[in-house]
Amino acid sequence: MDGITPDLLALQLFTGLALGAIYVLLALGMSLLFGMLTVVNFAHGAFYMLGAYAGVLLLSIGVNFWFCLLLAPLLVGSLGLLCERFLIRHLYGRGIDYPLLLTFGLSYIMVEMVRILFGTQGLPFDTPDALQGASDIMIGYFPTYRLFVIGVAIVVVVALWLFLERTPYGLIIRAGARDPQIVRILGIDVARVWLVVFGIGTGLAALAGLLAAPLQGASPEMGSSILAEAFVVTVVGGMGSLVGAVVAGLLVGVVVAMTSLVAPEFAQVAIFALMAIVLLIRPQGFFGRAGLMS
Amino acid sequence: MLNPLLVARCKQHRVVLAIAFLIIFPLLMPFKAIAVNILIYGLFALGFNMLFGTLGLLSFGHAALFGGGAYACGLVMLKLGLPWYVGILGSVLAGMLIAATIGAFAIRTRGIYFAMVTLALAQCLYFLADQATDLTGGENGLRGVDLKTIQLPGMTLNFVDPLTRYYVVAFFVAVALFVLSRILASPFGAVLEAVRENEARARACGYHVRMVRYLAFILSGGFCGLAGALQALHLSIVPLETLAISNSGLVVMMSLLGGMGTFFGPFVGAGIFLLLENLVSLWTVHWQIFVGAAFVACVLFFPRGIWGTILMGRGR
Repeated sequence: MDGITPDLLALQLFTGLALGAIYVLLALGMSLLFGMLTVVNFAHGAFYMLGAYAGVLLLSIGVNFWFCLLLAPLLVGSLGLLCERFLIRHLYGRGIDYPLLLTFGLSYIMVEMVRILFGTQGLPFDTPDALQGASDIMIGYFPTYRLFVIGVAIVVVVALWLFLERTPYGLIIRAGARDPQIVRILGIDVARVWLVVFGIGTGLAALAGLLAAPLQGASPEMGSSILAEAFVVTVVGGMGSLVGAVVAGLLVGVVVAMTSLVAPEFAQVAIFALMAIVLLIRPQGFFGRAGLMS
Repeated sequence: MLNPLLVARCKQHRVVLAIAFLIIFPLLMPFKAIAVNILIYGLFALGFNMLFGTLGLLSFGHAALFGGGAYACGLVMLKLGLPWYVGILGSVLAGMLIAATIGAFAIRTRGIYFAMVTLALAQCLYFLADQATDLTGGENGLRGVDLKTIQLPGMTLNFVDPLTRYYVVAFFVAVALFVLSRILASPFGAVLEAVRENEARARACGYHVRMVRYLAFILSGGFCGLAGALQALHLSIVPLETLAISNSGLVVMMSLLGGMGTFFGPFVGAGIFLLLENLVSLWTVHWQIFVGAAFVACVLFFPRGIWGTILMGRGR
């Protein structure tokens, strides 16, 4: 393996972190939904895809990219709110499989709607002008946009952490996750809390999709393949654990990037091999609570 | 309300009724190919339901077992040059082998984890098949799994003829149905039910719960592998999509539609699903939207599925 220099490795590490940043955003939303609502969102990939298409739509009516970053998650998050309010809410307490199956059905509808509205072909998505080109990061030149993706992920993670740990709303959400009944007794409308959490989770998925769009374009199928990868991240990190989502997301991103450097054809398979190893050694994932699933 | 005596008679002779149904079924369908499809997917859904309905384990990776069987059958015939029945045997073994491998990881997890891990591992197999172009044909699929005639002692069956093809497939499906019903009626079947109903008690009775689950997963793999082989012979090609996540979702949907946990429910679900798909795709290419909507409606309003609701209606 000549031609692989330390610098190249370091650059590839950054590529992995940028990819990992997308995984982190997806897995955060997923873990949030599972940790708080015990809903496994099989439509998470579809919300991710909707994020990219919301970006396409907004850009086409002349909204600039920076507002898109704010508006697209808001739009898709509102759709998530509607789904929770009118469909998923009825399934709480009816076992863990039903929300899963329902969201799976929803993903079919969403993907097909996008195909009807935007066509079955994928659409290109231009990198915003300000973020084109490459920046010097001491070890070499690295695409500015990927740096930007890492930056956004850091901001979102910090903001989410502050929101959950340092605000009264975050306190309610955490309390609702631990014991919804007591929270209800204290006079708080838990249903509304869950609604908001669902909106945040789907909004995060949309943000991930929007950020990924300039890297790979927007296509109706983009969500279904990343769904499996997001599952791997949540399993490796530990279901319901936000720290786990961040650590595992970055790890999976780096593993993919490194494998594609040595053996590109095995990049996809490496993710699943990683998951298999983690499951054998630590079935509950890095930060998962043992026995939570049984 | 149905006459209870009639219902009891039906239950008593259900083997005869099922065989009779299999014989006249193709004559009721708009065309024979769809009858064959319903049989194949019905068998696939039965194999899936053995895990979900009987044990409560929701797998989202059953495409790996079905597709693995299809590829095994095709590879045995094409690369090894062996006759089709060896291919079918190989597919059953391959289905069980893949189930054993996936199960070794997945069975350690429960509930939601199980669904996610099976999905991820099935996806892994999909990528492997996509990469191994020399063996599997990659995206183009495995082509040329041709079976034209079947030599039996004393006669030759023309597999190209739709009706003959249907009866050949129906024979294998009937055998599988029989084996499955015997498994469920056996002491092992009772243990399966015990594990689903009360895991702690089953364990206290001395059953190795994880091993029971593992065995059920492997058996399920055998049935799904067989279904895959029949599809390979029916289509004479193994598309890469047989391994895709959508195929795993399809079988979950069929079982849900028909009624999970009932013996024939998944079969009914497969039939209704494929007929609907056929009807809807006549007037729009966007049939998936209806599939999704039907799925959502089923989860919300008919969690027992169509067959399950019928059974309920007659007081079961």
